[in-house]
Amino acid sequence: MPEAATSSLTLVPVGWVVLAGAIVLGLAWFAATVDGVATARAEASPTGLGRPLREVARLMRQRRRATVEADTPLWRIGSGGLVVIATLMVIVVPLGPWTVFDSPVGVVWFNAMDVCVWALVWLTGWGPNSAHGLVGGYRFLAHGLGYELPLMFALVAPPIAAHSLRVGDVAAAQHGLWFVVWMPIAFLVYLIGVLGFSVWGPFSAAVGSDIAGGVAAELSGLDRLLFLTGRYALLAAGAAFAVPMFLGGGAGPLLPGWLWVIVKTIVVLTALVLARRRLPVLRPDLFMEVGWLVLLPAALVQVLVVSVIAVWRG
Amino acid sequence: MTLQTVLLLAAALFSIGLYGAISQQVVVMVMMGLELMINGLILAAAGFWWFLFPHPSGQVLLMVIIAAMTVEMAIGFAVATLLHRDHEADMTDMAGDLSE
Amino acid sequence: MFVDVVFWVMTVVAVVMGAAVFVVDSMARATYALALSFVAVGVQVLLLHQDYVGVIVILMMVMEMAVMAVYMVMFMGMNPALMPMSMVHDKRKALAAASVVFLTLAAGALLIPWPTRRGQPSSDTTRALGEALMGSKMLVMTVVSPVMVATIVAGIVIASKRSRYDRLGDDLRGAADHSADPQRGGVGR
Repeated sequence: MPEAATSSLTLVPVGWVVLAGAIVLGLAWFAATVDGVATARAEASPTGLGRPLREVARLMRQRRRATVEADTPLWRIGSGGLVVIATLMVIVVPLGPWTVFDSPVGVVWFNAMDVCVWALVWLTGWGPNSAHGLVGGYRFLAHGLGYELPLMFALVAPPIAAHSLRVGDVAAAQHGLWFVVWMPIAFLVYLIGVLGFSVWGPFSAAVGSDIAGGVAAELSGLDRLLFLTGRYALLAAGAAFAVPMFLGGGAGPLLPGWLWVIVKTIVVLTALVLARRRLPVLRPDLFMEVGWLVLLPAALVQVLVVSVIAVWRG
Repeated sequence: MTLQTVLLLAAALFSIGLYGAISQQVVVMVMMGLELMINGLILAAAGFWWFLFPHPSGQVLLMVIIAAMTVEMAIGFAVATLLHRDHEADMTDMAGDLSE
Repeated sequence: MFVDVVFWVMTVVAVVMGAAVFVVDSMARATYALALSFVAVGVQVLLLHQDYVGVIVILMMVMEMAVMAVYMVMFMGMNPALMPMSMVHDKRKALAAASVVFLTLAAGALLIPWPTRRGQPSSDTTRALGEALMGSKMLVMTVVSPVMVATIVAGIVIASKRSRYDRLGDDLRGAADHSADPQRGGVGR
């Protein structure tokens, strides 16, 4: 079946990556606001709308904490890199008809970027030469071993149905029936993976209060701001990527495609942010078995079902 | 970017890796040297593929190299763990019983 | 032009970081220097129009080096981040051997009259790779897959101290006394 190597999307110049970064930061701000409001409601304080602003102002003025024998370069790379990785994830997501990076292997690209989070979170824990930080880093890697393989296989399902690893083709292949409808398990496992690589909610053991903040224990000032922003940005990138993979991309009535992408992203992002208040933190050693004995077989069965349907439809 | 420059870089990576694999005492560092050698192999294979014979079968060879590297690392880590557990050995010189 | 600039930058990164692996004094720096070297090579493979292989190299190696760092800390027998770690033997001989190999390979690369290119790449190299793996080169796929599974099983069998028989008893029905199990599983066994 010969097909054109290029897709129907319009490739915009590389400079637009700045806009992609701005959208990621905007979504991260939104996520922080949602979390702030939810926290305020739980604490019965007046309103949480200003929380992100206050936190940013506080951290911008805070002095950097120094630790003995810190590995400063690696530490800075770790805490500052998360936002960069989130942006690199989001550039393969088509915003309606436009895309910055129309990679023929966009899905694998996203996967490669989310693996980079392993390195960055561990480095953030390693850098300050602090026991709590390193324990947090190990916890994250242990979680990673549990969620990464199911996540990979969940990401495999939509490209099989779409006959392409190009994100734009996957979005275009869902006209009429969104992939979330007939691959719900893959969607669920994918969302678990997003929570995992964002160190969020059930997977926040790496920054748990029982180890004094873990990976983030010694972070202060600008570094802490970048790290926290990076977590929200990763959630946002994960939510944005779910849209072309499972939620039909820019498809929808009335509104233009790019707006639908953003609306769907915001819905998924809000759900992910609020999941923190609904789900318990998973212990890494216990989750390992859940990941390998429950999530991985479930994702594999999902892939098998999708493959059979894809072959049957031809 | 020509075939020659790609091969030169691959040779450099391979040689640095070889130096590490021969000279390092700690098992994990020896594995890092082997990794670097395979790094050079991947690049050389990719260069040959693109500049000499860009046929799909060449890419399959690259996948085989990567798979071989995975096996090497996984079993290497496992054996290193076993050695460490059994007799606290973390250096190649201490693992004499593997050569018997 | 752009491709050339990227190529040379990545060349420098790959070689400098590759050498840094055996020069720097820190376990984490050595590991992540190797990771960067691999990322640079992955980018170059992308430049050589093998999108899938290039991205896979980046994906695999970053993941592997994240795990490698843990093994380094575990097995190097040193705790502090920046403790000097020069643990080499036969440094001179190794340097000589590496130099000879490099000169030989470099001479080969420059002196051999390489043939001109035969054939044209397909317009979609990823699809071509997939069709090769699932078509004419199916044997590779059928061999690599079981080898990978065997590797997973063998790696765990070699490395793990407590097997499922230790945890669940000889009949695998679950140990009578769960309190004796230092590492309970997560699915309630």
